[in-house]
Amino acid sequence: MKLFSRFKPQGGVHPDGRKDLSADRPIRVLPMPERLFVSLQQHVGAPASPVVVVGEKVLKGQLIAASQGNISAPVHAPTSGHVAAIGDYLAPHPSGLPAPTITIEPDGEDCWAALDVPIDPYALEPEEIAKRVAAAGIVGLGGAAFPSAVKLNISRKTNVQTLIINGGECEPYLTCDDRIMRERAAAIVSGIRLIQRAVGCTEALVGIEDNKPEAIAAMREAAKGTDVKVMPVPAMYPMGWDKQMTRALVGKEVPAGGRSSDIGVLVHNVATAYAVHEAVALGRPLISRLVTVSGEAVKIACNLEVPLGTPAQALFDYCGGYAGVPARLVMGGPMMGHEMPNPYIPVVKGTSGVLALTHKEIGQPVPSPCIRCSTCVRACPVGLLPLEMAAHIRVGDLNTSVDFGLKDCIACGSCSYVCPAHIPLVHYFNFAKGELAAKERAKLKQEGTKKLAEARNERMEKIARAREEASRQRAAKKAAQEAAKKAAADAAAAAAPQQEATA
Amino acid sequence: MTRIAHSPHAHAPVSVGKVMATVMAALVPATLYGFWLYGWPAIFLWTVTVTTAVAAEALTVRLQEKPVRPTLMDGSAILTAWLLALSLPPFAAWWVGVVGALFAVVIAKQVFGGLGQNVFNPAMAARVMLLISFPVDMTMWTTPMPLTGGHAPGLMEGLAITFGGAHWDAMASASLLGHVKTEFTRGVDLLHSLPGYFAAQDSAIGSRAGSLGETSAGLLLAGGLFLIARRIITWHGPVAMLLGVAVPALIAHAVAPAHFLGVLPEILSGGLILGAFFIITDPVTSPNTNEGMFLFGLLCGLLTWTIRTFGGYPEGVAFAVMLMNSLTPIIDRYVKPRIYGRTRKGTALPVGKEA
Ligand code: SF4
Ligand code: SF4
Repeated sequence: MKLFSRFKPQGGVHPDGRKDLSADRPIRVLPMPERLFVSLQQHVGAPASPVVVVGEKVLKGQLIAASQGNISAPVHAPTSGHVAAIGDYLAPHPSGLPAPTITIEPDGEDCWAALDVPIDPYALEPEEIAKRVAAAGIVGLGGAAFPSAVKLNISRKTNVQTLIINGGECEPYLTCDDRIMRERAAAIVSGIRLIQRAVGCTEALVGIEDNKPEAIAAMREAAKGTDVKVMPVPAMYPMGWDKQMTRALVGKEVPAGGRSSDIGVLVHNVATAYAVHEAVALGRPLISRLVTVSGEAVKIACNLEVPLGTPAQALFDYCGGYAGVPARLVMGGPMMGHEMPNPYIPVVKGTSGVLALTHKEIGQPVPSPCIRCSTCVRACPVGLLPLEMAAHIRVGDLNTSVDFGLKDCIACGSCSYVCPAHIPLVHYFNFAKGELAAKERAKLKQEGTKKLAEARNERMEKIARAREEASRQRAAKKAAQEAAKKAAADAAAAAAPQQEATA
Repeated sequence: MTRIAHSPHAHAPVSVGKVMATVMAALVPATLYGFWLYGWPAIFLWTVTVTTAVAAEALTVRLQEKPVRPTLMDGSAILTAWLLALSLPPFAAWWVGVVGALFAVVIAKQVFGGLGQNVFNPAMAARVMLLISFPVDMTMWTTPMPLTGGHAPGLMEGLAITFGGAHWDAMASASLLGHVKTEFTRGVDLLHSLPGYFAAQDSAIGSRAGSLGETSAGLLLAGGLFLIARRIITWHGPVAMLLGVAVPALIAHAVAPAHFLGVLPEILSGGLILGAFFIITDPVTSPNTNEGMFLFGLLCGLLTWTIRTFGGYPEGVAFAVMLMNSLTPIIDRYVKPRIYGRTRKGTALPVGKEA
């Protein structure tokens, strides 16, 4: 492919993949846990708002919380049962703050609600497909968790011509995308065709890292006879960063601050394409996902199909429990995932893996001074200077770190991963971004208050002006009236002598 | 509540100590060969220099009340002293190594704030200081006398040379560049002074008079290539520095062969190979980007050639490196990587345009 040969990866690292732990384990379905803690904030945007009450019976796939506002996604019951509670519960958020959650107690029947299955999904109108994707609560399953229908609509309106399906599962350990491509390739291709139809784009490219030959073969087989093209890309981290994948497949870069659609591209993850097929062709909302359970501290690593809301502990238990005491539990991949403070955090739509890692695997010894070796510079896929940004953040000079490109940092962790001085670079960047966001909020608030005050002043002035105007008018009227009265009196007075005279 | 650990939850099996150890490993063949060529005095000098550096580092770190062990374990003091030792005349007296190592570690590094903070390459700073302060001792080169050969000083004689200030018969000799310079001042041009004095293969295998490590260009080159293969350094700096010397040498030699040395003697002489692969690639004092490294190396090379050709000293690597070290922050300021989705200047790419 002509375009492909132009690709020169910028930055990137080759972390120890550890994919062998779970890559050859076929997908298994996790038995229904005792309770499901279904978070209402499983996506980017406003949390969904509950449409059920405590004690209510729900069926599998039934809407339990509706989407709120433009950027949001609805949530459905992962199984049949009854609503045991609605309230805050542990959530997989880096802040460790709880999120509104609907707790469901399964009844064991796993009984589906009535599903709306179209006769020919490929004949649906584009708007209708997007509508069904939105109603199914589908979000980016690669981890970004951005509502998919929003992306579909933007892309349709901006006439996007190229659909990129991201099969670059570059995080170490994770193999759930690899497995879904190997085992459910036909459904993924069906989902790709549905997305193509929803957006009206002619070209569909599936980028898969060349360290997944089985997935490439399976997808090629499934794509036969369609215009979906499977394109191997070099395996490296972060190949699965959507912008890196875009650069690799079409040789273009998304402008800073812009969207993929600015360069005529729409990127979706393979698991998202699968979810689109399930939702549009089969009428099933997004209520489960594939999760890789791995790490040296897990007895048997594997890939599980898990109902949303399942606590991570249930996954570990199913995998034979821990091998020794895990040094750290992680949700997501080791490069960008978050530490789980405890194993009861529930699986959400964006959870691609749960890992139990040993000290040896984490390997983060004490930091030493930066030797300016620029290994981090060569590793950064964005083209930043991590050492300079960190040095300025260290001394509290956040503005200079922004000048060095802090806001372009995607927190991919490549720089921290390779730093021989073991400097927690990403930690610095996250800290600085947090500070800046807080400052920004404070500024907005301040500006908001200022605006409010100004508006109030203006209003007051207006009222005062109006009052003045009114009193002036009143005075003028009065004067006019008086003048009229006087004129009338004068006229009368003038008439009186006449009368007298005539009398 | 326990502190939440930040991502990434994995780390490459690398450390500063390992990086330094790899560089040392790359120096071992050339160093051992140098030991064989120059015998016991060289071994003693190297040992004295390295020991002094380690002791000085330990002492200064302790005086700053910082933990000593981690600093020593990073191996940077050893490497600095090693590089310095390789650039000293092999039969120099012990105090040359001691003074040099002290200067390198205490003045050129710790005073600046320790590893990572120094502006100048410590080994080169020390070498320049020694050259200026003790020009005679620093230019007393020796014809190699392999340990296994009959002329080499024995163990006791070696001790006498390094520690006792003894002179050795065969000591008086000039390095190639020194020879050329001296002959020039006597009015002898290259066409007459060079024949019989330079043979490329001699420099390459190190049987020319010179400092301990400068003499074996071949083994140093191999070590440098090893470092590139191990991704400790990139090719940009070294290649550019060699170009920076080779290109002007090629042109000048073609124009006036009687006045200018050719490419091969320029490249294989003095500390150029050592400088190109081991000195200018010092992470601390060199630019951050590959492009910056290329520029840095090129200028180092040009300066080296200029100093060698027109300057007062026969050898220019150390001066060139120090001069360029001071320019590193400026290069870093202007040569930055392009950020994704932005132009080189940092503005966002225009919408719809190809990258
Ligand atoms: S990788 Fe680490 S030690 Fe090297 S320059 Fe970057 S921050 Fe400094
Ligand atoms: S975390 Fe940020 S600075 Fe570090 S490599 Fe990734 S994008 Fe670059």
